[in-house]
Amino acid sequence: VRLVVNGREIAAEVEPRIHLGDFLRHQLGLTGTHLGCEHGVCGACTVLVDGDAVRSCLMLAVQADGREVVTVEGLAAADGTLSPLQEAFRDHHALQCGFCTPGLLTTLTQLLRDRPDIGEAELRRELSGNLCRCTGYSGIVSAALQVARETRAQGAGS
Amino acid sequence: VKAAAFDYHRPESLAEALQLAGSFENAKFLAGGQSLVAMLNMRYAIVDDLIDLNRVPGLAGISIDGTTLRVGAMTRQKVLKAHDALASRSPIFAAGLDYVGHLQTRNRGTLGGSLCHLDPAAELVSLAFLHDAVVTVASDANGVREIPIADFPLAYMTPSIAPDEMVTEVRFALPAPGHGWGFHEFAQRHGDFALAGAAALVEMTEGRIARAAISIFGGGMSPVRVTGAEDLLAGQVPSDDALRAAAATVDGLDYSTDAMASGAYRRRLTGVLTRRALADAVRRCREVS
Repeated sequence: VRLVVNGREIAAEVEPRIHLGDFLRHQLGLTGTHLGCEHGVCGACTVLVDGDAVRSCLMLAVQADGREVVTVEGLAAADGTLSPLQEAFRDHHALQCGFCTPGLLTTLTQLLRDRPDIGEAELRRELSGNLCRCTGYSGIVSAALQVARETRAQGAGS
Repeated sequence: VKAAAFDYHRPESLAEALQLAGSFENAKFLAGGQSLVAMLNMRYAIVDDLIDLNRVPGLAGISIDGTTLRVGAMTRQKVLKAHDALASRSPIFAAGLDYVGHLQTRNRGTLGGSLCHLDPAAELVSLAFLHDAVVTVASDANGVREIPIADFPLAYMTPSIAPDEMVTEVRFALPAPGHGWGFHEFAQRHGDFALAGAAALVEMTEGRIARAAISIFGGGMSPVRVTGAEDLLAGQVPSDDALRAAAATVDGLDYSTDAMASGAYRRRLTGVLTRRALADAVRRCREVS
C-alpha cells in the first residue's frame, strides 16, 4: 500500500486481514490511536481518512491505499504547537485516563470543521459514537463548544 | 480477536466484481464494512475471499424522478442523510438516518450494505419496507433481477440473494407531497441497536386518512410492514382512539427475547412507539395542509 499518514508518504506491505488501526500501531509505530473494542463500538480508534472520521478497526489497511490518513499524532503543528481543540481539551480537563481522547479529538476535528454552528444537544448526540468512562463528557463538551465559538468568531471576523 | 486470513480483491468494474463472486466458493462483498469488518474481526464471519466494492464506479448516487427515489447500493449513509433534495421531498430519510450508527460509521456505511446485513433493528431496512422498495440485484450467471422488499428477508439476518449476487440499486416509492411522517425508536444509547422502533407515513384528504404506511423494527426477526394497522386507519378520522387501536395491532406480531430485553417488553415498547410515530405523522400532515 501507498498512503499519506500525517503528511508523510508511506509505502508498506500489509496482510489483507490487518485493519488500519493495527497497521498504524504495529507497522508504523503510531500508538496514539487506541484500540478498545475492535468491533466498532467504542470509537477510541477513530482516525481521519481523507478528512472523514472513521473507525480504524472497521477499515482494512489495504483499503487505505492511495488515501490520506491523519491520526491524533497529526493534529498538532510540526513544531508541537497543539491544535485549538487539543488546547481546549487541556484547559477544560476534558480527559482523565486519556484512552478515549485520540478518538474524541479526531471525531471533533471533523464535526467542528463541518458544523461550527453545532449546539450542545446536537454535540452530545454526535458524541454517542465515542465512549468515555472517566469524565462524564462535561469537560469534553465545554472544550468542543469553546472551539466552536472561537471558529464562528474567526469566521465572522475574516 | 483478529480476522482470519483471506484473499483481498479490488475490482474496478461491476462486471469484474460479479465475475469474481461467481468464481469463488466462500466469498463476500465488502461494502462500507461497518458490520462485516466487525464480524471478520470477531470471527463470526470467516471468508476465503473478500471482494472490495469501494473502487467500483457507478454504484453510488441518488436521483429523484417524480415519486421514485433511486439510490445506488454503495451510496454512503452520510450522503443520503445530507441530501437536500431528498430531505425536502421526504424528511423521514434524514430523520431515520440520524439513528443509524454514529457519525464515524455513517461516513463509511452504505445503503446496500445495511440491506444485505439485514439487522432486525436496521432503520434503513425499515425505511425500505415503508416505501415499498424494490431491490435490484445482479450476478454474472443470471444477469439482473428485481426483488420486492417484502420478499427480501429470507431468515434472521439473511437476505434472499445467492452468494454470487450483489445488490446494485434500491428504488423507493415516495409518498405524495404534503404527507406527514413520524419516526421513533428506543435504544439504550443513541446510535445503538434499537430495542424497538416504528416509522409511519400518513396522507390525508378532507380530514381523513387516505393512506397510512407503518413499518416496525428492532422487535422481531426483521423489520416488517404493519398492514393490519394500515387497513384499520384507511378512511378514518385520525382521533386518538383510532391511532391507539391501530397501534394495538402490533401486539399480534412476533417479538424476540435476548440479553437486552424480553419479547414482552419489546411488544409493549413497539406499541407505544407506533402510536407516537402515527401521532407525529398526522400532526405534520395537518401542519403542511
